[in-house]
Amino acid sequence: MVIDDLTEIADKERAARKRYTIRCCMAAGCMSSNSKGVKEALEDAVNQAGLQQMVEVRGVGCMKLCCQGPLVQIDSATAGATFALESNEVGPLYQKVTPEDANSLVSTLKGGQTPVQRGDPRHPFFSAQLSIVLANSGFIDPERIESYITAEGYQALHDVLRELTPKDLIERIIKSGLRGRGGAGYPTGLKWATVGKAASQQKYVICNADEGDPGAFMDRSVLESDPHSVLEGMAIAAYAVGANQGFIYVRAEYPLAIARLHAAIKQAKKYGLLGSGIFESPFNFNIDLRIGAGAFVCGEETALMASVEGKRGTPRPRPPFPAESGLYNSPTLINNVETFANVAPIVRKGAEWFAGIGTEKSKGTKVFALAGKITNTGLIEVPMGTALRKIVEEMGGGAPDGGKIKAVQTGGPSGGCIPAEELDTPVDYDSLTKLGSIMGSGGMIVMDETTKMVDVARFFMEFCMDESCGKCVPCRAGTAQMHQLLNKILAGNATTRDLQKLEELCYMVKNTSLCGLGQTAPNPVLSTLRFFRKEYTDLLMPDAFGPRPNAVNGTGHAAAGRNLAPTEGVPSSGK
Amino acid sequence: MIATLFNAKHDRLPKILEHASGDKRFKILEAHMKKHQFRQDALIEVLHKAQELFGYLEDDLLLFIACKLKLPASRVYGVATFYHFFTLKPNGRHTCVVCLGTACYVKGAAKILAAVEERTKVKAGETTPDNELSLLTARCIGACGIAPAVVYDGTVTPRQTPETALDHLKGWIGHGD
Repeated sequence: MVIDDLTEIADKERAARKRYTIRCCMAAGCMSSNSKGVKEALEDAVNQAGLQQMVEVRGVGCMKLCCQGPLVQIDSATAGATFALESNEVGPLYQKVTPEDANSLVSTLKGGQTPVQRGDPRHPFFSAQLSIVLANSGFIDPERIESYITAEGYQALHDVLRELTPKDLIERIIKSGLRGRGGAGYPTGLKWATVGKAASQQKYVICNADEGDPGAFMDRSVLESDPHSVLEGMAIAAYAVGANQGFIYVRAEYPLAIARLHAAIKQAKKYGLLGSGIFESPFNFNIDLRIGAGAFVCGEETALMASVEGKRGTPRPRPPFPAESGLYNSPTLINNVETFANVAPIVRKGAEWFAGIGTEKSKGTKVFALAGKITNTGLIEVPMGTALRKIVEEMGGGAPDGGKIKAVQTGGPSGGCIPAEELDTPVDYDSLTKLGSIMGSGGMIVMDETTKMVDVARFFMEFCMDESCGKCVPCRAGTAQMHQLLNKILAGNATTRDLQKLEELCYMVKNTSLCGLGQTAPNPVLSTLRFFRKEYTDLLMPDAFGPRPNAVNGTGHAAAGRNLAPTEGVPSSGK
Repeated sequence: MIATLFNAKHDRLPKILEHASGDKRFKILEAHMKKHQFRQDALIEVLHKAQELFGYLEDDLLLFIACKLKLPASRVYGVATFYHFFTLKPNGRHTCVVCLGTACYVKGAAKILAAVEERTKVKAGETTPDNELSLLTARCIGACGIAPAVVYDGTVTPRQTPETALDHLKGWIGHGD
């Protein structure tokens, strides 16, 4: 495979482009509403109408507005353009399509009418998005590598292998300001540099696709819609750090993503874009899949590596960090799906372009899974620093049925609830941390007035209690105790003292747990206590004895003498 | 239970291997292990395959895997019990998985679960006495855009309510009534 072969494939694809493309969403959300049947019916309808020469029916990845699925969009081509994006002509979007609608949809190509519900492709939900990671999603056929190659796929890998030394490449990633999209936001370039510097014959690259946060489905959509972008990102990363073996650790709950990844790896190997001597260079790189088995803690990097080695997924203390001693005790680079998907566009379009998007400390875009009590649920990709209000009210369309938004939960069980008053906060790593939440992997759950915050806190605590691996005591026992206390509060049997105890426990678990799961498990409780304390106190029993004497004036942040809680009331960073 | 596994191991192993020689599924499983060169770090992959073939992981099966991968039985049992995906008990003929992810939860998945629990008279994680239905819960199946979602026999079904869920289960339960 050389660059000419790539261009040839792309040209062939472009030449085969028909006048109309009917794009039909084949991501898991729409598939569950029978989009497969819709696609087959559309194909039949096209054949019946004798339009095979003019119309292509293409199964594509996620078209973002999941709540209105199955989605179908019809583009008409202008000369040479492969995607609607290139021609700037986005065709009509049809929502909630059923197989019975196929004939009338095809008839519109000949001037007919259709009763199918039309969506507005110019709605802020679409127009306010800026797609880097999801640029191909909804346009290319995720099951065909040719489709990805036509969208400039694997060119970045070629350019890197031909023109850049690993050092220059890492320099470029550092300059772009890309930060890890898995939640913590560690600068990606620095991580690469650390692994690159490690002296070892054997290094590994791991893609963390164990998207365990309930309410998050971005990584799944990326894998289902554009698997090759992740493979390309991993190959580029492997070249930068000097690895020759990669693993993608993906959840068993995502069968479609697994199937598409399998197919993608096979095709890439066939074309010589993975394997040995990629692009006729001395660079070798292979990728294997590892299927998770339903343990949330395996999203933690050291636990994930234990799981890849076929062991129980329990974390271990760091240091040594994976960058020095990770998988099979070799230096290991571990990044999230979305991080890898950002790599090829950065290489193609330059670090300056990427650094020009977003805020001062958070560059680029972020994909969020918008769900919960909101009109438009689905996937959105917005520049960092976009105000939460814009996302929730303009793009999401606010709460359905005239409800009022009460809070937005970000970061899953490790994050917190942001109250409606703080909706003007720009979404970036640092602003969310200041509010006691985290960016997390990108789940954004909107809650309306009917949602009880104490119940939400209990929900997350139950999750953490179940998912605690049991290795360290603070997490194993602490989450169980906090869950009991929350149950007691909800049952109306608790007193002020119980609430104090709960807060003490929160800080204790936060500061003493071994891994991120325990350290962040109290976050939902702490953030709801911070913004919705009244909901807790309303549930308390009248207290015959009053607050405990050694507590600080009943406002919480008790146990000052135990050095576990910061006295000024701002949650400490844990160090 | 693990203690009994160990004590009985020496007597049981030859029996298991003899039994395995007559069962085609064990042959498929062994071929799968061979594909991984009987590497011990392929344990999770092997367990996935075993569960796919047998439906659940019984003690004999775990011992068989331990023997073939040259791993202590405790390690195999430890891994099999650590991950939620593996089940050591057979499931019912049908499965109904109610997603309890955050998005489904705020949209009322708990009510669906309560309704199904009441109707089937089993708790989440249990199987009806007639072995017809296993009622399970999931932590998040990533179908948050179409919440609340329920998976019936592997088919994800969007936007469920207690009524639609009970309606769906009608054919599977209630033979005892």
